[in-house]
Amino acid sequence: MDHDHQEVPSDPALRVMALESLLVEKGLVDPAALDALIDTYEHKVGPRNGARVVARAWVDPEYKKRLLSDPTAAIAELGYTGGQGAHMVVVENTTERHNLVVCTLCSCYPWPVLGLPPVWYKSAPYRSRAVIDPRGVLREFGLEIGEDVEIRVWDSTSEMRYLVLPERPAATEHLTEEQLAELVTRDAMIGTGKVSFAGDPA
Amino acid sequence: MNGVHDLGGMHGMGPIAPEPNEPVFHERWEARAYALNVAAGACRKWNIDTGRHSRERIPPAEYLHMSYYEKWLAGLVMLLEESGLVTRAELESSRPAPGTAKAVPALAADQVAPMIARGRSFMRPVNRPPHFALGQHVRARKINPTGHTRLPRYARGNVGVIDRLHGGHVFPDSNAHFRGENPQHLYSVRFSARELWGSTAAARDAVYLDLWEDYLEPA
Repeated sequence: MDHDHQEVPSDPALRVMALESLLVEKGLVDPAALDALIDTYEHKVGPRNGARVVARAWVDPEYKKRLLSDPTAAIAELGYTGGQGAHMVVVENTTERHNLVVCTLCSCYPWPVLGLPPVWYKSAPYRSRAVIDPRGVLREFGLEIGEDVEIRVWDSTSEMRYLVLPERPAATEHLTEEQLAELVTRDAMIGTGKVSFAGDPA
Repeated sequence: MNGVHDLGGMHGMGPIAPEPNEPVFHERWEARAYALNVAAGACRKWNIDTGRHSRERIPPAEYLHMSYYEKWLAGLVMLLEESGLVTRAELESSRPAPGTAKAVPALAADQVAPMIARGRSFMRPVNRPPHFALGQHVRARKINPTGHTRLPRYARGNVGVIDRLHGGHVFPDSNAHFRGENPQHLYSVRFSARELWGSTAAARDAVYLDLWEDYLEPA
């Protein structure tokens, strides 16, 4: 039982509930549309999409060429299109170069391939430090990047959205495209992680 | 505006705290706040830049204190009231003003999937050639607009190199304030880490920003 007797609710849960009921009563929003929006990003659109793009690029050199030269169209080939992904750029990690994506001004993130961003990505510590101290940030994620490797930080200041194409781990030649996609993490596609392969089960 | 949202390069914000197996939404109200923003946005009374600017206008101390979806909620309340979709009295009572006609929701459930799949393009034709060329040195202008801008403070006054041409794009600084889309050429500009942060930065590292023509001058 709630013993809070404030007249104006300060709890965001209560405020959101009150706002939703007002907007529904005014006929401005349809609660079923809200359910459909939530279901889309909880169950349908997420980093598994991006992982399939990466795995395809690893196994198909022609696809990889298209992905780097015309990313929005190449990603649409796999069926991933739409809001916060209408203008895509794919940046490739190599032995000489590591890419890291941030939005210092808000929370821009490629929704069709990665879903909605995690809390740390849109929080002040990451947004403030990724541009001035990318090596320190990466160390916090457990990545030590050699001095001989160039770090490129992409600050998402426009409607262009960035996806990192991580390096394919060694000794994965025998894996299928689906198995490769399983290895690809969300962080590897932001640039705060690398893809690793622990080896086949014994 | 030189707001606290312009976080790039600030110190003292604490450690990054990744959460293992983080859910998409931590609580149901976050999901509802997110969806209310998208659904109310479909009324087309504001645009994506207006939306960003609403959150930038949250007072700085509150901005840093609020969780992400609390900011979305605060921004949405501002937009609803400023656009006239909802009155202050309605927000306070959580009831429609007596006698108001009921609207038809701009976004019905069966329109959600097509709307998401369709997305929205921000590219526009620009009837003049790009002012800057690939490889050209440019300086990010030293400007301090009090309205919305996507030129972060840490880049202003610094020299970079044009790395890509992205074509004509809607200009957020005017669009956010309903002063028109004013489309102009958008460039990816490479700034060396040393240009931005000084000699202690790693020699090879660089930061790339997408900058509109009005943000740039020849260097």
